[in-house]
Amino acid sequence: MKRRNFIQYAGLGAGALMMPSLLMGNNISAEALLTPGLDVAAKKVLADVALNTARSMGATYADARIGRYLNQYVFTREDKVQNVVNTESFGVGIRVIANGTWGFASTNDVSEDGIKKATGQAIAIAKANSKIQKVPVELAPVKSHGEVSWKTPIKKDFKDVPVKEKVDLLLTANAAAMENGANFVNSALFMVNEQKYFASTDGSYIDQDVHRIWPTIGVTAIDRSVGKFKTRQGLSAPMGLGYEYMDGLDSEKIAGPAGTGLIGYRNSYDIIEDATLAAQQAKQMLTAKSVDAGKYDLVLDPNHLGLTIHESVGHPLELDRVLGYEANYAGTSFATLDKWKSGDFKYGSDIVNLVADKTFPGSLGAVGYDDEGVKTKKWDLVRNGVLKNYQAIRDQVHMIGQNESHGCCYSQSWNDVQFQRMPNVSLEPGKDKYSVDDMIKDVEKGIYIAGRGSYSIDQQRYNFQFGGTVFYEIRNGKIVGMLDDVAYQSNTQEFWNSCTKICDESDYRIFGSFFDGKGQPSQVSAVSHGSSTTRFNDVNVINTGRSI
Amino acid sequence: MAIYTKEEARQIMEKALSFSTADACEVNLSGSESGNIRYARNTVSTAGHRSNQNLVVQSNYGNKYATATIDEFDDESLKKVVLRSEELAKISPENPEFMGVLGPQTYDESVTHIDATAKISPEYRAEVANSSIEPAAAKDVTAAGFMNDSAGFSAMMNSKGLFAYNKSTDISFTVTMRSNDGTGSGWVTRDFNDVGKFDAAEASKIAIDKAIMSREAKAIEPGKYTVILEPAASIGLLGRIGGALNARTADEGRSFMSKEGGGTKLGEKIVDERVNISSDPLHTEVPTGTWNGEGMPLKKTSWIENGVVKNLAYGRFWAKEKGVDPVPFPPNVIMEGGDASLDDLIKSTKKGILVTRLWYIRGVDPQTLLFTGLTRDGTFYIENGQIKHPVKNFRFNESPIIMLNNLETLGQQVRIDGNLIPYMKIRDFTFTSLSDAV
Repeated sequence: MKRRNFIQYAGLGAGALMMPSLLMGNNISAEALLTPGLDVAAKKVLADVALNTARSMGATYADARIGRYLNQYVFTREDKVQNVVNTESFGVGIRVIANGTWGFASTNDVSEDGIKKATGQAIAIAKANSKIQKVPVELAPVKSHGEVSWKTPIKKDFKDVPVKEKVDLLLTANAAAMENGANFVNSALFMVNEQKYFASTDGSYIDQDVHRIWPTIGVTAIDRSVGKFKTRQGLSAPMGLGYEYMDGLDSEKIAGPAGTGLIGYRNSYDIIEDATLAAQQAKQMLTAKSVDAGKYDLVLDPNHLGLTIHESVGHPLELDRVLGYEANYAGTSFATLDKWKSGDFKYGSDIVNLVADKTFPGSLGAVGYDDEGVKTKKWDLVRNGVLKNYQAIRDQVHMIGQNESHGCCYSQSWNDVQFQRMPNVSLEPGKDKYSVDDMIKDVEKGIYIAGRGSYSIDQQRYNFQFGGTVFYEIRNGKIVGMLDDVAYQSNTQEFWNSCTKICDESDYRIFGSFFDGKGQPSQVSAVSHGSSTTRFNDVNVINTGRSI
Repeated sequence: MAIYTKEEARQIMEKALSFSTADACEVNLSGSESGNIRYARNTVSTAGHRSNQNLVVQSNYGNKYATATIDEFDDESLKKVVLRSEELAKISPENPEFMGVLGPQTYDESVTHIDATAKISPEYRAEVANSSIEPAAAKDVTAAGFMNDSAGFSAMMNSKGLFAYNKSTDISFTVTMRSNDGTGSGWVTRDFNDVGKFDAAEASKIAIDKAIMSREAKAIEPGKYTVILEPAASIGLLGRIGGALNARTADEGRSFMSKEGGGTKLGEKIVDERVNISSDPLHTEVPTGTWNGEGMPLKKTSWIENGVVKNLAYGRFWAKEKGVDPVPFPPNVIMEGGDASLDDLIKSTKKGILVTRLWYIRGVDPQTLLFTGLTRDGTFYIENGQIKHPVKNFRFNESPIIMLNNLETLGQQVRIDGNLIPYMKIRDFTFTSLSDAV
């Protein structure tokens, strides 16, 4: 652990959230968020300065990303506003290939001179490193798109919604939790708008306007007499939507299993309803039965399974990990090229179909073009249980004998170099009509898990351990009560091959990870994972209770 | 040029404060230059350079406060940013926990800047990468590594007369070495303020040796084992005790440090009496700045003394509520060690496991500070005082509190990520399953 992380942990309260400081830009007023940035014509002129400078200095390829990143974060606890943060970050990142080697530099001086200087730095780095480069960079061809644009199809821009309305909504949700017996509540809203312009020597000029939102709430109940505390986190998902996600529309709600009171939220989140239930459940968690360790059939809600998909499918199928580019940090992968080349590697059971998708509406990964100008698409990773493909970008895809990038290159800001990032990776729903209540009826001894919890997986993505937000015991086809101290441990291939049933499309929802970390220096990215409620048989459950 | 001297910083900040009309104004000025190189598959992959400078202005009217920032420091820009912070403060909600700005403080001098580190070039970084790649390739091993160096300053001034300035440099390096047959992996980490203390070839050799030694690991049953934790392994768990040092969450009843029936564990013995953990910005091996973001002076502070909780951290608001002096959070972690070398610890072990590092550590239960994670990059079985063979990696479920109660022997201290942590021998460390990962 880095010292600064220790300090960050130490400095935050139990309910506070880790927020990468690098996402912060310059503080501005909420009104200033509404100021338009540079127009497209001006951005094209500046981008051409970078491309022409790079060419004149010997680059065989160059791209420039002029980015304006607008963030608004609102933090509250109980009846208080802790902080409202509005930030703007504006600058340009220039990537070049010179002497067959990558170089990158960035600057917040978005003038002709500033851009020329940064381009020179990128070229100098490429040339210095080319002396120890063994194999020249090889880029898959990409179509020139000319001048195009893309925008997240939002209904309400968060920048147009007054801060007071957001604060009032969070404080109302906090009050609902307190009225229902909570001792503490922390809630927050994270809202992001990436205005990014991409240009490359391949002839594309792409203007994109990307929106994301994530409401969070943590509700804590305490029993001081026994010194026990439990926090029930909210069951929202971060989404690639506008502020309309906070409307709490009934039409977007899906009832959870009978006996739990849980609600699944699709494209609209009711934070007041969830806060109310969270307080009731946090109190129940204080006296919930401690689980007996052993084998159980697991029934996993989409808002839980998403993280398991993320860790056990999304990451191991990143081609840069498979090839060893991430060996020093995130690790490598068990899903090696020889397994893929065999054509019959059983990643999961026959009903398991996992797709990568950079286009799914409302998802965090949806964009028109990736950060190296490739049009986005959808492709198979696992079909009928068999490993079919990886996630690859322009400088990697030739290594798996393909000649088209998958369009999943991303950088968190103008200040960082773009590299391969996970697209949305989702489990296709079952084809036959089958609800979550139908699924529970079929289970003799099992556990139903909703929401994300503790998660840990090894550096090649074999062995994992996951917790959850709430756990319910299933006995002979019925939910019989809440459980505590639950975590399941398994091996990725064994786990996905134990998948026996998947609910139909009517139960399908997306889960998301807003701050997924990868790379050195580390960068965050946001990604969604869709699924319907899914059953896995005979999974090893441990008891995590300890007495100190 | 983003690194200002003390006098240059003072002039910019004085100018900014001269434009203030609020009840109080506080400015933080900082700048840094950093460079990095990343390599994998025995060749360089990406590299970059960053330059950054920033002025943060906080203005307040009573309990209403706001900040504004800017990265240009001419008079017009300074005036604009102060005015903007004042406009924002006027429309901000009241914050009953706002404590106002501090008056003048006295700070110790800490040597955290080394010129040689500030002068690292792209050529030096390429040479570091090569010091890993060449010897790795010669031993049928593949190197993947990352080096980052930075030089920066931070300064602070307010309308009540507080002034603080610090300049620092830092270099950090990690490399993972994997044997080309895919069955062995080794890793090493180094970090210093002074690049003169860094030897990339020496560090890389340790990782290469571990990669070769860890090939074809044998599986042994998970369970409770005596372990020798290298400092890079134990820091992952020890650092997480930091979150529990927050006095406010302890008082609120929602932390490991909360006591049954109310109150906190301050003054209680929670771990073995040989455990002493402190922080000290002036320690010459791990120096840090001597003030925090609020301008509070940082002094040597004892957190755990002879196994007893000696201090919890109180922010200024919570300290006032509780009628105590504020205690800033620690800028580093210094755990007292002993004389034993790693070799001594191995020789004195009848049956045990040597752990290079712990990976993907995540909280399982904040009530007991239970964490899970895995061993990685060099895990070895020890029998009768000797390393016998490499073993497959384990998943653990363990609490650093239980771990420090099961302390057998403290070894020598090593600098890890700006902290000083000893080698430790621990009995009954809980491994719950095996991993096939190399």
